[in-house]
This record gives sequence, structure tokens and C-alpha cells, in this order.
Amino acid sequence: MKYLDEYRDPEAARLLLDEIRRVSTRCWTLMEVCGGQTHSLLRHGIAAELEGTVELIHGPGCPVCVTDQEAIDFACQLAQRDDVILASFGDMLRVPGSRGSLLDARTAGARIQIVYSPLDAVQLARKHPEKQVVFFAVGFETTAPATALAVKQAARDQLDNFSLIVSHVRVQPAMESLVQAPDNRVQAFLAAGHVCTVMGYESYESFVEQYRLPVVVTGFEPLDLLEGILACVKQLEANEVRLENRYARTVQAAGNQSAQDLVREIYQICDRAWRGFGVIPEGGLELCLEWRQYDARTRFSEPALPVLGIDECRSFDVMTGHLKPPDCPHFRKSCNPESPLGAPMVSSEGACAAYYRYGMTASH
Amino acid sequence: MNCPVSIPTNADYVTLAHGEGGRLSRKLIQERIVHALSNETLLAMNDAAQLPRVTGALALTTDSFVVSPLFFPGGDIGTLAVYGTINDLAVSGARPLWLTLSLIMEEGLPLVILDRVLQSIAEAAQQTGVKIVAGDTKVVPRGAADGLFINTAGVGELIAPIPSGAATLQEGDELIVSGTIGRHGIAILAVREELGLEPLPSSDCGSLLRPVEILRESMGHQVRCLRDATRGGVAAVMQEWAEASGMTLSIEEQSLPVSPVVRGISELLGLDPLHIANEGTMMIAVKQGAGADAVSFLKSLPETADAQVVGTVKHRGIAAVTIKRTLGAEQPLDDPLGSPLPRIC
Ligand code: SF4
Repeated sequence: MKYLDEYRDPEAARLLLDEIRRVSTRCWTLMEVCGGQTHSLLRHGIAAELEGTVELIHGPGCPVCVTDQEAIDFACQLAQRDDVILASFGDMLRVPGSRGSLLDARTAGARIQIVYSPLDAVQLARKHPEKQVVFFAVGFETTAPATALAVKQAARDQLDNFSLIVSHVRVQPAMESLVQAPDNRVQAFLAAGHVCTVMGYESYESFVEQYRLPVVVTGFEPLDLLEGILACVKQLEANEVRLENRYARTVQAAGNQSAQDLVREIYQICDRAWRGFGVIPEGGLELCLEWRQYDARTRFSEPALPVLGIDECRSFDVMTGHLKPPDCPHFRKSCNPESPLGAPMVSSEGACAAYYRYGMTASH
Repeated sequence: MNCPVSIPTNADYVTLAHGEGGRLSRKLIQERIVHALSNETLLAMNDAAQLPRVTGALALTTDSFVVSPLFFPGGDIGTLAVYGTINDLAVSGARPLWLTLSLIMEEGLPLVILDRVLQSIAEAAQQTGVKIVAGDTKVVPRGAADGLFINTAGVGELIAPIPSGAATLQEGDELIVSGTIGRHGIAILAVREELGLEPLPSSDCGSLLRPVEILRESMGHQVRCLRDATRGGVAAVMQEWAEASGMTLSIEEQSLPVSPVVRGISELLGLDPLHIANEGTMMIAVKQGAGADAVSFLKSLPETADAQVVGTVKHRGIAAVTIKRTLGAEQPLDDPLGSPLPRIC
């Protein structure tokens, strides 16, 4: 994969690191919004290299991490029904709900199938007309179009045994709720490249205007990230506030129009509870009325279960930059990838998992 | 005499009656299994195989194979069962001699499938010069197994020089991977989960006998230990060796041989090729300075043409196993955690 190697060249990375150190006159605090970026930053040792120059706060950008416990409980509840096959992406399976994870439910006999795309779930429904197939639809704006396609496919095939637990979330409202918090520490954002691939980045103009914070659209490879960080630092040093695209090889200003049309056709914006955050106004997508028959909550008249117990996980503090995962009192103690207390330890993109895997670093 | 219950003698599927020890069982064993694997020891049909004396000490290993699907690009459960066991013997320093073969069949298994698997077993055994000398068949009711499970045991004769083992690893020893990693796991994932890839990635399922032989002959005592990197992948072998030796095993990401397909799929699904299973790829540790020679010997064989030195053994540092990534920082490499669950975005 030549394409990747170009963005991992150690020599070029060194030069960029030096440049970032050279232009920084103080330690700036940046937030990378996306979990994929968090992993890359730690995996390639970038966060460690920049210690003292740039502080990186690991944002809320892992859809698995922010999926509300209530949704997971509901998914487990449906999965336990004899007539249901629950289809889910793999990394949702280990995330603890308040009554255990989907994996726990599977061990107890629930029928849960890992899928790789929402269309696989439709395929499953076609193959099992005798069962109700429920797809656990999590993800940001990036995955919402694929789920929308699945709904339309199910409608075209006249499948009456396919439905969704819609837990799609929207990135920008979460960024707004972060910067509006009185103790906000973020001075600039590395915006998630793949979300912008779909949604474009024009909508960030008003965000930049309103909150007076630089936003740089950034990719996921080491060089992408370093370029994004450098662009942020340069703006901060020059006391400028701009929207910049440093991921031009993939992202266009207007994004992917047909994907956006699809999203508008199937979903409407709604307020949504984010795990750790509470309800974020306009923070989610739900099926609009004419597609509501594909909503599992409409289809199944299951009683709403109250969320049990208290959530000891400090994910909110982690995602707002007030706590580094290793400083969480549970980190590596009562919370580890085998028995996670919170979603950031489970998801392959969660900040705590990233620190757990790549945390200790020796320099060369 | 007419049997009151009609037995489907010419059915195309394995039935419970095939496992009940009667005429059907005998027919299945003689006409299909012994026929496919024909050798005198099996033909004798004794309760226990009687084997000739060997000069060296013996090595014994056993393994069970439960792969789904039974057939995948690059192999099937039959080749896997033979090569898997043979490779275990080979990397322990033994020349494989005899295998046993137990088949646990699910009621309803098409006999043509059984025949194809037996054919693969026969070919793999013949190619590697081992004999299947004893076996067993069982049939379990529909739903109690996934088509076909295979258990094998293998006996081999240890041949000097026997690798001194992971406990003897020393600072400066070099670590080699014999081929591109992660192929088997990705091939299985691609067919099982119907990822719709074109062309389908293929497994590295194959015998390591020749590569081990060439190393033994040309490197002798310079080889410290060998291990086929099956479940848990290269990372799991490194963890075991680090534990056995008390040293740190450190590899460099950039020198790891990974095929573009495996790399692409791993990136896409958030998996690490280091944690993905191999079936014809091993890890080798040689004494300091012997790495380049070992690699050039391996490269002369097609099955190990992609061999590379990937790292070294050091004094115990920040972690038992470490990896150097792009920017040169050394990080711990974790043990794989359960079966890898692919991520979403
Ligand atoms: S270490 Fe565990 S408990 Fe602490 S914030 Fe991370 S996931 Fe939550």
C-alpha cells in the first residue's frame, strides 16, 4: 500500500516535528475530535514526542464510546428475544451497558451476529425471514448514509423483518457543547477528516466565527496529523482564527452531496443522550416519520428498562481534557480491556484503550 | 435377512448410523477413509498401530481443528490438520513420521465434502512423507458440531541439532519472520464474513518441513528456537518467548513482511496483522549475526521467499514485547485479547 507509506515516512515526520517545536512559543492545547486520530497519535508516538510543546486532548470522537448505556441495554434486551437476531459492528459487543454487554448477552444465549456493514444486516434479514433482524446503528455522520441505504434497501425488498436501533450521533453539536462549558481548555480543533469527507467542512465556518477557535480538517496518518497540528499551532502563534483543510486529498468543501441527500431523506436531527455528556441538543439523528416503521423502538413494544447503577467511568473528564486516561483512578486497575468499566477502554478507538496499548513509550 | 428399519445405505450424507459401529461404519471407514489414505499400517486395521523402532528420541504433539468454513482459499480443514501437526513437530526439531486422525462428523455432512477433505489429507501427507497410521470416526447429531471437526496427533523423531529453546534467548539474538504475516486469519475472515473481496485473499496454509530442514542443515546450532505463528499470530509467539527467556523481544514495524491485501483489510477493520493467525509462517530466533544468512537460506525456498529479519532480543526494558513504529519510539505490544472484533469506522 504505497498510498499509506507516503504518509508514514519517518524522515518527513521528523522534519514536521522539528518545525512544530520551532514555531511554538508556548504549550498549546489542541483537541483531536476523532478516536481514529487519537489512536494514530499514540500508536506512532506523536503525542509523546510533542509533550511540552502541544497538549493533545482526546475528544469525543468515538461513536462506540459515546453510545448511551440505555441504547446498549435495549439492544441486549431485544437480543434476548427468541425471535430476534441482533446485528452489530464488532466493537460494540464488549461495551458495558448497565446490565452487561452484548457479549454477556451472547454468552447467555442471545443471538448476536457481527456485521461489517449495514447492508450485511439487510442480507441477514433476507436469509432469515422467520426472524426479526435488528441492526444496532451506531456511528457518526460517516456511517449514517450507509445505514440510510440499508433502510431503503429493506424497503425496496419489502422486508418486514428488518429494523434499527438508531444511535447515530453528530459531531459538531458535541464540539459546541464542549467549548461552551465554563472550564473549556481547547484552543484549537483537529476536525475529523472522514466526517468531513461526507459532510464537507463548510458548516465549520460559522463554528470558527462564533467561538473564535481555529479548526483544521485533518487525516489519520502520522504526516496528516503532524501537518494538522502544525497548521493549528501556526494560527495560534499568529493569533489567527481560520478554517483550514489539511486533508485535501480526500475532503472537499461541500462533502459528498449524494450521501448528504440520503441522510436528509431518511433522518431528522434530534436531541440525543451521549454517554458521559448527557443530552446534547441536536446531537443525534433519528429516522424521520415516514421511515419510523424501521425503528426497533416502534416495532417492538418492549418496556423501557431503567439504567441501573452509577457509571464509575470518568470518560467525560477524559473527553473534555480534564483527565488523562492514566490518571483515572480505575485505569489499569479495575478498568482494563478485558473487564472495562467504560466505553473508552473497549472501543479500538477509545482514548483509554489507546493509552492502555501504547501508553508507555521509551524514546529511541 | 431383512432389517426392519430401513437404513439408507447409499445416502449421500453422513448419518448417525455411520457412527454406530455397524456395517455402515465399516463401509465408511474402509471404502472412504482407508481407501483415501491407503497404507499398510492402516489396512491392517488393528486396534493399535504397530510401528517400527526408531533410533532417536520421540516428539509427540496433538491438535484439534474446528475451522469454519471447511474450505477456504489456499486450503481446507484437511490440509490444515496435516500441516498444522507436522509444523508443530518440525519447529520442535523433529522429523514427522506418523499421524493419527480422528474425524468428528456432524449428521448431514455431505459425503462428497468428506471425500474432498480426505483427498486433501492424503495429498498433504504424501507430500510431507508422513503416514496416517491410526484413526477414529464419530458422528454427532445435527447441530452438535459445525460440519466436521478433526483431531490429529503426530509422532516425530528428534534430529540433532535440536534448537536450544526460547529459554536460551540472549541479548542481540535476531528475530526472523519466515513470510508475510496474517494471511490465514484474513483469508478465513474474508470468506466467513463474506467481505466480498475480489480476488479473495488466500491462506498461507502449508508445510514448514523444508524451510526447517534447510535451516537445520545450514545454520545448525545458530538457530535458538522456532515456532509456527498460528493462533494469536506473531505477537503471541513473541509473548511466549519473552516469558520463557525473561528478555524483551523488540520488533520494527517497518521491516515486517505484510502483503498489501492483509495490510489493507487490517487497516479497514482495525486489526493488527501481528495478532492474526498464520498456518505456514513461523518465527525464528538465531544467534546474533546469523540473521542475514538465515534469511538468505530461507529466501531460496518458495514457501519462505518473503522471510525478513524483523527485530532483536534485548535486556528486559519497558515491556516484555515491544514494537518500534514510524517515529522510532518503542512501545509495548500487547497480548491479543480474545478474538479480534473489527471496529466500525
Ligand atoms: S480508564 Fe476506564 S473508567 Fe477510567 S475513564 Fe477510561 S474507560 Fe472510564
